[in-house]
Amino acid sequence: MTPGGRDAASPLIRLKGVSKAFAGIRVVKDVDFDVRPGEVHALMGENGAGKSTLIKIIAGVHPHDGGTIEIGGEPVSHLTPREARRRGVAVVYQELLLFPELTVAENVFLGHAPRTGWRGLDWPEMRRRTRALLDSLDSPDLDVDTKVGALSVANRQRVEIAKALSQDARVLIMDEPTAALAEADVVRLMAVVKRLRERGVGIIYVSHRLPEIFELADRVTVLRDGALIGTRPIGEVTAQSLVAMMVGREIDHLYPKSEIAPGETLLEVRNLSHGRKVRDISFALRRGEILGVAGLVGSGRTELALTLFGITPASSGEILVSGKPVRIGSPRDARAHGIAYVPEDRGLQGLVKPMTIAQNVSMASLERVRRGIMMRFAEETRRAAAAIKAIGIRARGPGQVVGQLSGGNQQKVVLAKWLETAPQILIMDEPTRGIDVGAKAEIHQLMTKLAGEGMGIIMISSELPEVLGMSDRVLVINNGQLVRTLERGEATAESVGAAMADARREEAA
Amino acid sequence: MTAEAQTLGRREQSWFGRLFAGYGQEIIILGAILLLFVVVWSINPRFISPNNLNTIFSGNAYIAVAAIGMSMVIITGNIDVSVGALIGVLATIAGTIAVSGYPVWVAWTAPILIGIAVNFLVGVLVAYARIPSIVVTLGMLSILRGGLISVTGGAWISNLPPEFLLAQQRPLGIPAPIYFMVGLTILAAFWMRYSAFGRSIYAVGGNPEAARAAGIPIERRIVQVFMIHGAFAGLATILFATQLQVIQSTVPPNLELTVITASVIGGVSILGGSGTVIGSTLAAILFAAIGSALIFVGISAYWLRAVIGLLILATVLADMARRRQAK
Repeated sequence: MTPGGRDAASPLIRLKGVSKAFAGIRVVKDVDFDVRPGEVHALMGENGAGKSTLIKIIAGVHPHDGGTIEIGGEPVSHLTPREARRRGVAVVYQELLLFPELTVAENVFLGHAPRTGWRGLDWPEMRRRTRALLDSLDSPDLDVDTKVGALSVANRQRVEIAKALSQDARVLIMDEPTAALAEADVVRLMAVVKRLRERGVGIIYVSHRLPEIFELADRVTVLRDGALIGTRPIGEVTAQSLVAMMVGREIDHLYPKSEIAPGETLLEVRNLSHGRKVRDISFALRRGEILGVAGLVGSGRTELALTLFGITPASSGEILVSGKPVRIGSPRDARAHGIAYVPEDRGLQGLVKPMTIAQNVSMASLERVRRGIMMRFAEETRRAAAAIKAIGIRARGPGQVVGQLSGGNQQKVVLAKWLETAPQILIMDEPTRGIDVGAKAEIHQLMTKLAGEGMGIIMISSELPEVLGMSDRVLVINNGQLVRTLERGEATAESVGAAMADARREEAA
Repeated sequence: MTAEAQTLGRREQSWFGRLFAGYGQEIIILGAILLLFVVVWSINPRFISPNNLNTIFSGNAYIAVAAIGMSMVIITGNIDVSVGALIGVLATIAGTIAVSGYPVWVAWTAPILIGIAVNFLVGVLVAYARIPSIVVTLGMLSILRGGLISVTGGAWISNLPPEFLLAQQRPLGIPAPIYFMVGLTILAAFWMRYSAFGRSIYAVGGNPEAARAAGIPIERRIVQVFMIHGAFAGLATILFATQLQVIQSTVPPNLELTVITASVIGGVSILGGSGTVIGSTLAAILFAAIGSALIFVGISAYWLRAVIGLLILATVLADMARRRQAK
């Protein structure tokens, strides 16, 4: 099905020996890369490997320092974002660049709207063409007059893709398009990508998720430390060999889960409710147990965590910690009862990015690093240094600003912050979203270790393999309610997936 | 806090390096002040006459004191545009009490307590009613300014008792306001850097959601910081109102802007989360020195605002650049 052989002579884009340095540090080193019409070319590598910089070079955001770039066979010496767009290169970034207050049609045609004879905006034409584009993307359910702010992430992504196509994109760069999507939306997105490939669009697909790569890609290129490790047809690689190419070593266990005998009940939740997203939920968490929480985006998974942690306190129901009923009205209360929360969005709720690692690590446990009203800086630094070592945070030291760390290391800082509070109950919302394979395995190992030490862990995840691989039990949330509880033995992709998708949810769009 | 703080991470650092780590902006301003003094002194030696130094340091100390509280408010990610009006009102109240025969300590304490009370209200509206601080304080500005003129009709308060005039006292030959400025700055700087409370203020401004999730009571912190700011406004009032034999019961023009500008040029990020009160005090001294220098080198004092405007833009640009680097 790969038309690569036929078109190999005329790639849409060809990079030869491209390099890029920031402040003297070479982040892309002498990379060759090309995309052919009608192929999905996966770009892989750990965070910091240079993927983002490479796609930004192709998109004209960063000028390259060395090497040559050809688009459609013509050499381009000075590539700007405008020039790249003109030559048919479009990017769907991870953080979607849309205007929430404008409608779908306005977003799709922003900057190149069809005009009427007297140079006014041709609204009927704009709406008609948007409709046609969305239909061609298998999205007849998306209304062109809805404000983008009211759409789900998956639908916004479709709008982004429609926008790229409206500009006659011949090369589409997708930067971790599935990082924020639930399983069902991933399937739909992959269908869209396949459709684009059939039309002859060349797609550069950046992702950490191996199953997607094997499903979609025709060829895969791996970068490590800014250098090209290799470009291979997908048939010539395996999951093991790809991971080895990325991290430069073998990772033997993808999900290092050890069998445990859960201890006494740490947390019991009875008939917990908050608004429409947490409805009458009851479950128990035992010592040493990893409890997976699965559900589609918007099913109420995250809201359950927010309610347990006191960010949106429960309107009714009971929470018992170690058998005693407690009231959790704020994160402070939750912390006092030994509950910790590693949030879904580390930038928003996890970290103060301009602060140092030490300052972030001590933030939830300031009372441990102070004497009277004064901070004990030596103690704070010592604790942060110990956490860096124990968790394996790759940083220059406790004084480094967290904004400079990679996603995986930032996630470890958030985790370190909460481990400093010595919690009994650890809630982790998407613990490995957007972080690379190596760091992911380390976080999983850490979770296993913590559970082994007697902590109870609630893990919310959109990645079914992660839920199945790491959980002792799986709770499935659907439409705010707990619809199924599955033991490790009975939880399979089919059983969990069926419970997640059961009873179709209504969506705003 | 941002770019400079990286240097903390490098392995071995001398005590000298550690002492100055995190004070980039402050050192730049200190350098600018010294340079200005040397240049203007070489043009006109009378610039460093005791009389003029008194005007520069003592006459503007109240701005530095008000800027301490303002810096804290800005570090939490808020702002207060009503501080000038508040100081005007508090000065009138203090003067009225002083001429009404109450003991002088009452006249000195009242502005501090009333400043705390007024800003408690502002803080509650900002933190709990979630009205943006710019809106709350714009409202407060109008109320205070309008109320003051309506009540006093713009009359001056004269015949102030001599013992009330704190700013004119000179223990050990140094004007009292200088003790206040230096003492309060050191106290506040120390407290902001070394106390857990100070740390939590930076966290609230740096990322309120993360601070809340970490168990820091951000609403309470914001109210507390506004109250502290009110206390500093009260202290600034005492220095301001006791300089002369009379108190003009009007709002000093542009005072709030001068105070905010001192904070911003002193390195307090207008986006919250970083800056120090040492910087804001140095910046207040820098303006006072520039204003005086313009006169001594024979340039119209109207240029002062233009020069300060340029400084603001340069500082904010530098702050943005630093933030981008830290990303």
